[in-house]
Amino acid sequence: MRLLTHNMLSSNIKGVINGFPLGIVVEKVIEKPVEMNPDFLKNMFAKIEWKALVDASRSMGYTELPEQADSSMLDSVDFLQRFHHALLELHLEEGALVCPETGRKFPVNKGIPNMLLHEDEV
Amino acid sequence: MASRPEIQAPPEIFYNDVEARKYTSSSRIIEIQAKLSERAMELLALPDDGVPRLLLDIGCGSGLSGETLSENGHNWIGLDISPSMLDIALEREAEGDLLLGDMGQGLGLRPGVIDGAISISAVQWLCNADKSSHEPRLRLKAFFGSLYRCLARGARAVFQVYPESIAQRELILSSAMRAGFAGGVVVDYPHSSKSRKEYLVLSCGPPSVSSAVPSGKGEDGESASDDSSGDEDNRTVSISDRHRPKKKQKLNKRGKGREWVLRKKDQMRRKGNAVPPDSKYTARKRKSRF
Repeated sequence: MRLLTHNMLSSNIKGVINGFPLGIVVEKVIEKPVEMNPDFLKNMFAKIEWKALVDASRSMGYTELPEQADSSMLDSVDFLQRFHHALLELHLEEGALVCPETGRKFPVNKGIPNMLLHEDEV
Repeated sequence: MASRPEIQAPPEIFYNDVEARKYTSSSRIIEIQAKLSERAMELLALPDDGVPRLLLDIGCGSGLSGETLSENGHNWIGLDISPSMLDIALEREAEGDLLLGDMGQGLGLRPGVIDGAISISAVQWLCNADKSSHEPRLRLKAFFGSLYRCLARGARAVFQVYPESIAQRELILSSAMRAGFAGGVVVDYPHSSKSRKEYLVLSCGPPSVSSAVPSGKGEDGESASDDSSGDEDNRTVSISDRHRPKKKQKLNKRGKGREWVLRKKDQMRRKGNAVPPDSKYTARKRKSRF
């Protein structure tokens, strides 16, 4: 699972008001290089919750994202590369996602988070 | 004809390792899925500016439909309830991210982030209650409600569906409308029983030109095999219509005849049905005084 997806996911448990961002428990992280597309990054930037991305990338061991970011920084190739790496190249292979309110863990196996809820959580 | 998978078992059980493998090793299914997802992409009508979008593939299965999305250069997130299907998707090195989840529980996604959603042959599964806790109406409501929230303004969702009956189609459509979507059903090849395909085209946000329902293919008797030619002129709007007259049985004055009855009886016997034995009375007309 890439951090792009992590940045979109929120906990869906009944009664949870703010299920975003999900915490990350890391067991194994892998990197898969993909080609950078500046248009996509610029398009996505407005939709990304920056703080959540920074925190998530730190918990995955990547610390080169700046604390704050705004759209003027998108012209810098260096920034785009870091953004791209954090967003699309880091994969959480094994571990778990944690609901920020209830602490419920969604296990991640082979890169696939198990977001299935129990019957009493729907 | 094989019975519908929806009535055999819940999706996470029906698509077990064996079925998932079968599904993805059949070149026929792969071709159909690719065709369906290409048509869904077409109906999604994303702006043609070469910018990759973030799309959602609901019921992505082994990633066959996602492949089409990747080919078009988009990033996608796939959701499926069958772990076996997702395993195959990993094997096929699907480029999108995969999630194991149940669409009937609602999509746990942030509001307004997804640029479009497609779903190939999946939404009709929601009409089934596979567990005692399942209530199709509520599951459809949860699904469409959460989908409406996570789509960006003006984004579209295209679902290819196989509704079992008119009631099912109405149920799906009314749930979508209640969630706030505008749109309708597009039917390709409405007169063909085999290649007839239904697409639910939904758009969220205020009604605009873009929320008009696009037209279906092959309304004017254009045969399905011609669809690769993509004749634009032959496409007309065909919103499915329950008032359309049913096919009338052809009857001539003398009835169908003994030969026809014997052939039908034989056919039924081969299917293993209980059929009364043939005799001299078979297919004989009753006397009028009866």
